[in-house]
Amino acid sequence: MFALADHLLHPEGETLPRDVDARAAAALLARGTACRAPVRGAVYGTLLNDRAALAALGDAVHAAPYKAPPQAPVLYLKPRNTLAGHRARIVVPDDALGVEVGASLGIVVGRTATRVGVAQAFDYIAGYTLVADLSVPHASVYRPSVRFRARDGFCVVGPAVVASHHVATPDNLAIRVQLGSRDAFTASTASSVRNVAQLLADVTDFMTLSAGDVITLGVPHGSPVAHIGDTATLSIGAMPPLTVSFVGPAEHEGEQP
Amino acid sequence: MMRGRVAYAGAIHEAYPDANGVRLADGRVRREDEVVWLAPIEVGTIFALGLNYAEHAKELQFNKQEEPLVFLKGPGTVIGHRGVTRRPADVTFMHYECELAVVIGQTAKNVKRDNAMQHVAGYMIANDYAIRDYLENYYRPNLRVKNRDGGTVLGPWFVDAADIEDVTQLELRTFVNGTRQQHGNTRDLVTDIPALIEYLSSFMTLAPGDVILTGTPEGIVNVNAGDEVVCEIDGLGRLVNTIACDADFNRA
Repeated sequence: MFALADHLLHPEGETLPRDVDARAAAALLARGTACRAPVRGAVYGTLLNDRAALAALGDAVHAAPYKAPPQAPVLYLKPRNTLAGHRARIVVPDDALGVEVGASLGIVVGRTATRVGVAQAFDYIAGYTLVADLSVPHASVYRPSVRFRARDGFCVVGPAVVASHHVATPDNLAIRVQLGSRDAFTASTASSVRNVAQLLADVTDFMTLSAGDVITLGVPHGSPVAHIGDTATLSIGAMPPLTVSFVGPAEHEGEQP
Repeated sequence: MMRGRVAYAGAIHEAYPDANGVRLADGRVRREDEVVWLAPIEVGTIFALGLNYAEHAKELQFNKQEEPLVFLKGPGTVIGHRGVTRRPADVTFMHYECELAVVIGQTAKNVKRDNAMQHVAGYMIANDYAIRDYLENYYRPNLRVKNRDGGTVLGPWFVDAADIEDVTQLELRTFVNGTRQQHGNTRDLVTDIPALIEYLSSFMTLAPGDVILTGTPEGIVNVNAGDEVVCEIDGLGRLVNTIACDADFNRA
């Protein structure tokens, strides 16, 4: 059963997650605690939900292979092998391409959500979290890019799931990604094609979301690309920031049983 | 060994084939229609293959792809044997897809083709519905087509890999209201099972319970509310599903 009272986080090495207040969460994280992903449900990503991403496609949406602008939400799975937590060290498969660090608001579902109306959508949301939705940069969005989006550790979540009463304006949150010493990348949840309630309504018209599932509001257009040796710090609104480090593949190669 | 999972008399049971219906692990034997059939296993990640039979790809007017067309499905889309799947009133082309489902039994990372089959625990029948009216060309096939509630039917049985003599020679058949509409053989897979495991495990770790739906052969036709759709695969049984209408779901 999924339950959330305040700040739910799962320190690495502990058997169970903790549900603590903001101050206790901040104190724990200030000690440099690494965490597991605070969620265990299905994680769905939302593609092209930033108006700037759609604008960047421009007239291409009318040409092959797309032929028409997207109508329904475009979603993808972040399967269980992709889940990782705060302070994870993620393998960059090809350093020439790097890894795009998509900072997305994660909407954490609180109870079974089927055919949810826009006006009721917030009743179904337990809270929010940060999702570092990682991908190997790819220009075409015609085919589902499992090889680019579903690599081990490519969905870093947390550190905490923050109860919705702490997040008054999910549709107007500042997004920030600090990558190495570069200028911070900034964006906002306000530029979404579908806001939180509309996304939940449109998605649950054809697929049920269960308690503990996460759906992202979508990655901002122009997200920065990390390379081996980088550390990224993602923040959204006032939620505890999420840290991810990027490492080379050498130490992880080879067939495993 | 063939085993299923059914709900009966307030609990979920492992169940086995029986001459008189289905035998529960506790010994009770019941008719097939006295129990509620769930998916035979609790699934992990669900992979699905598009265009993985050459004749079916031709049927949909696609050329051979450069790499396997893989997409993922969520847990909410899965239902069991004898379930119902909703056909929205506004669509013109909803079709079944009879597929061999491969269940992973051992963690697999960077597995080579020669060792791939030892990572397979067993097989199931899958009927992976699609609604072509909802196809859009963004991460196609998009989830509104392929990840609908009740759109992925699994069962009735999970069959141990050791019980299938030659998985590369299995006949697949789909009957709609008793008429055979789809017929194929796993020998015609474009990317075969070892190659799929090698491909997927080259960039991600597969875990026990992960399921690969290996694609469907040619012979898809539209189905309508009330139709009975039966998928068969040699040695795996017979998977029944019925198409329901919007009114059954209290939709206008």
